[in-house]
Amino acid sequence: MTKVLIVAEHAGGKLNPATAKCVSCASGIAGAEIDIAVLAADAAAVASQAASLQGVKRVLKVENAANAEPLAAVLAPQVAALAANYTHVFGPSTTFGKDLMPRVAALLGVSQLSDIMAVESATRFRRPVYAGNAIITVEAAADRQIVATVRVASFQAAATGGSAASEAASTGADLPTHTRFVSRSAAATGRPDLQTAARVVSGGRAVGSADNFKLIVSLADKLGAGVGASRAAVDAGYAPNDLQVGQTGKIIAPELYVAVGISGAIQHLTGIKDARTIVAINKDPEAPIFEVADIGLVGDLFTVLPELEKALG
Amino acid sequence: MSKILVGLKRVVDYNVRVRVKPDGTGVVTEGVKMSINPFDEIALEEALRIREKGGATEVIVVSIGPADTQQQLRTGLAMGADRAILVQTDAPIEPLAAARIFLKLAEKEAPQIVLLGKQGIDDDNNQTGQMLAALWQRPQATFASKVELDGAKVRVTREVDAGLETIEVDLPAVITTDLRLNEPRYVKLPDIMKAKKKPLDTIAVADLGVDAGSQFKTVKYEPPAARSKGVMVRDVAELVSALKQKGLIQ
Repeated sequence: MTKVLIVAEHAGGKLNPATAKCVSCASGIAGAEIDIAVLAADAAAVASQAASLQGVKRVLKVENAANAEPLAAVLAPQVAALAANYTHVFGPSTTFGKDLMPRVAALLGVSQLSDIMAVESATRFRRPVYAGNAIITVEAAADRQIVATVRVASFQAAATGGSAASEAASTGADLPTHTRFVSRSAAATGRPDLQTAARVVSGGRAVGSADNFKLIVSLADKLGAGVGASRAAVDAGYAPNDLQVGQTGKIIAPELYVAVGISGAIQHLTGIKDARTIVAINKDPEAPIFEVADIGLVGDLFTVLPELEKALG
Repeated sequence: MSKILVGLKRVVDYNVRVRVKPDGTGVVTEGVKMSINPFDEIALEEALRIREKGGATEVIVVSIGPADTQQQLRTGLAMGADRAILVQTDAPIEPLAAARIFLKLAEKEAPQIVLLGKQGIDDDNNQTGQMLAALWQRPQATFASKVELDGAKVRVTREVDAGLETIEVDLPAVITTDLRLNEPRYVKLPDIMKAKKKPLDTIAVADLGVDAGSQFKTVKYEPPAARSKGVMVRDVAELVSALKQKGLIQ
């Protein structure tokens, strides 16, 4: 019997959409029974969102004041305790899941599979390596638990409308006090979240300054898009780190991706290759971004962007 | 004696365009430039800065891999590490096995900090630091963009999806580095000469008494699906009509 436990990611009483994508991934395993664990100080709101995801059987609420912030060292022993009844334990391949799941796997004494992009069977999965330059098929032993992170850009979110049972669970795990949350700074922009936005406009090194980056933001607002940046633009201080798209930043799959002044290093391309339509605007006709773009325009962004905004009305 | 253990992984250089072998058994590594994993170089730089500010007395670089990995360890010594340990093996090592090996070394060397890159740019696993912290039963501060030592504690700012998060952990602890923690120094020629005299110990994996076997089997390697070639437009008007044609704008 295949039983999958998915660790919910959430913040501020809201379930992160990455969790619904993990459900889709788990649903790809034939006959899988899927439960979601919500570890929180107060799990009610998140649990009811999780229970509405189609394909979910049960939602386990693990409430503890120590779970107020997502500290891997605190959450991992609880997840490892819950994992006893499951063949698979999945989390999203976000910074939350990447931090937590390897710690869970090590506590269970098993290797972990990172970034599942396709499910071939209960024990066989595909994942990218070398910044997406190679895709490997990995076979896990059937007699061991499989702990994995799910590459969220590879899966559609599971639909809502379900009504899973919700129940309180306790783990009896010993929680460490050696790790303490201090603070979090997140820019509240009111723009669509980069990882779930249907449209994204990104700026690269050619944007030239933090001030010029307003041009990118302005086009994004015109299109109702999220804002992204290349590593070069983030390193240069034009945009904050949480906007970085690529191998070591966010992997995204919007309907429309507009790359402005981005040359298209392989590390960036790996973050966008699941986008439905890629538009590239760059003044260098040899820029590698044009090799993956569906629509390319060679031109100076400082001329093109104002014109484009005007044309969009 | 306050020590920092730094992991240096030997990987295909950042600038190499990696290609899958035609028979699907791996990627082409023959004649390809190998380097220190960039995240690990950042880890070493951070360790050296901590030592230079008096926060540590010794920086030990560790690698797991074939005999040729000595090259990367020598580079680490030239950057300023005090000594090096090569855990030698020709077998592929999964992150759990790497974590078990690091645990043995952590038990032997008793470092205050183990600094590792957040991920190897070859396997892109992003696991070893977290696994080591679990096995060592110590804190982990992953994806660090700022590290501030404060006696028996360290305050780490982490790059997370939502922005920046700061946590405080008790030492000893495992820290994994993100890209913007620092900019690694360049190695100067005299340092390369000096590095040749620094101690580099080699241990066989078998002598550590850890289970370093693989739990996963890689069945095959494939190149990624290529995107179909797009169209080039000449101006903004053409761009707008192409977007309209695809139904992406009204």
